[in-house]
Amino acid sequence: MTKQIASTTIDVNEEGFMTSFSQWNKSIGEELAKESNINLTPRHWQIIDYIQDEYKKEVPLSIRKIGKSGVVDIKEFYELFPKAPLKTATKIAGIPKPASCI
Amino acid sequence: MMANHLNKKLDREEWEISIIDEREKHYYQPGYLFLPFDIYEPEDIIKPIRKFIPKDVHLITEKIKKIDAAENVVRLSNGNFLNYDILIIATGARIAPEEVEGMNGKEWQQSVFDFYTFEGALALRNKLREWQGGKLVVHITEMPIKCPVAPLEFAFLADSYFKHKKMRDKVEITYVTPMSGAFTKPKADTALHHLLEEKKISIEADFAIAELDNENKKIIDWGGREIAFDLLVTVPTNKGDDVIERSGLGDDLNYVPTNKGSLQSIVYKNIFVIGDATNIPASKAGSVAHFEAEVLTENIIRYIKGLPLKEEFDGHANCFVETGNNRALLIDFNYTHEPVTGEFPFAKIGPLKLLKESKVNHLGKLAFRWIYWNMLLKATPIPFVPAKMKLAGKHFD
Repeated sequence: MTKQIASTTIDVNEEGFMTSFSQWNKSIGEELAKESNINLTPRHWQIIDYIQDEYKKEVPLSIRKIGKSGVVDIKEFYELFPKAPLKTATKIAGIPKPASCI
Repeated sequence: MMANHLNKKLDREEWEISIIDEREKHYYQPGYLFLPFDIYEPEDIIKPIRKFIPKDVHLITEKIKKIDAAENVVRLSNGNFLNYDILIIATGARIAPEEVEGMNGKEWQQSVFDFYTFEGALALRNKLREWQGGKLVVHITEMPIKCPVAPLEFAFLADSYFKHKKMRDKVEITYVTPMSGAFTKPKADTALHHLLEEKKISIEADFAIAELDNENKKIIDWGGREIAFDLLVTVPTNKGDDVIERSGLGDDLNYVPTNKGSLQSIVYKNIFVIGDATNIPASKAGSVAHFEAEVLTENIIRYIKGLPLKEEFDGHANCFVETGNNRALLIDFNYTHEPVTGEFPFAKIGPLKLLKESKVNHLGKLAFRWIYWNMLLKATPIPFVPAKMKLAGKHFD
């Protein structure tokens, strides 16, 4: 399915996660963040850049791994992206949420 | 598996094949799921390794001290060493409860159990035999883990087990996951979500464990959320073997960086990696290693001949998923295609059904143990199930 956002049409799944990372840009990221009630600060962007890099390298993401990345500790990660930080951050970054095989 | 493949394919006048394994026994790891529920006995899942090794292959039972990849040498704990032209790493993955504060504390194997080791599964069986009920929490620490469906299967089998013991009303089952739910793929969620309600399994999603509180028997996540348990069955962090760390060959979880199509090590061209030891984005499942073995055998032959390697491994996995009451699902997927409904291995005929519960699928799961011992380890292809995933018979829309 598709969705109109930041004057662009993007492909998304049932939960609103983008399905083509190539369609993502920073304006879309900002709009997706607003939908999760987050105003992106430079600190948020550092984390989004990091998880996008990991995604491009096909490295699976986990909260612990982000905590050990040196980019942010887990406590601050929860403060920046409350409740389910990895799910929220990946959604804003335009990449798939961490998933299992089913 | 690779020794059996290569024993058939390599010129044995020119090539010497050795296997190094620290253990004398081989464990059928899928059986760990059944051991706690008294479905399998220990003797069903343990056999001597020697039985599966071709007679022309050297089996060395010894611990590895270090792989010295720059020198093409494997150093053993007894001081001996082996030089190699080609090395295949198949050191697997292990649980690492020490990664979470308090996990292997005083409640470990008292009210906190794993079922990813033989010892853990056996201790859990003994606990379940006498347990009087309460809050059963089935928990995943973090991804990736071996056999990602196993904890869900455990929850389903627990429901059946307690029903059979006529004590289901005394047990509250909660499934706790760091992911967004028990099912994370849209097609699987649609097809299978009803199972959780039917079996009265409640879900706690997006739970990233920070700590296990042994005194108060609860798990606490980084956001401060707490879940109390009387019996916790957890899948701890999974990591590659320590020898990978000692050898400087792994990433932060001790998995070896590997080309996901060719299965060649990213760093050392004469090292190949198979199964759970790799960092490739495929499931850590037995079927994956089986399919990888076919691609890897061909690539090793090509490497020896100086031909370019084929990047043909597609991430294919094929897994039976027990749902309890003598039923199971079957899933068949790869890097690019999520599990969908359909028929397997023959379109429109089956006889196995994809992503749907059936008794035939359960018989398939039980038959898999025989296939594992008699076909997979001996590198016999499974009829009608090639390494490359088939699209026919799958309902993508």
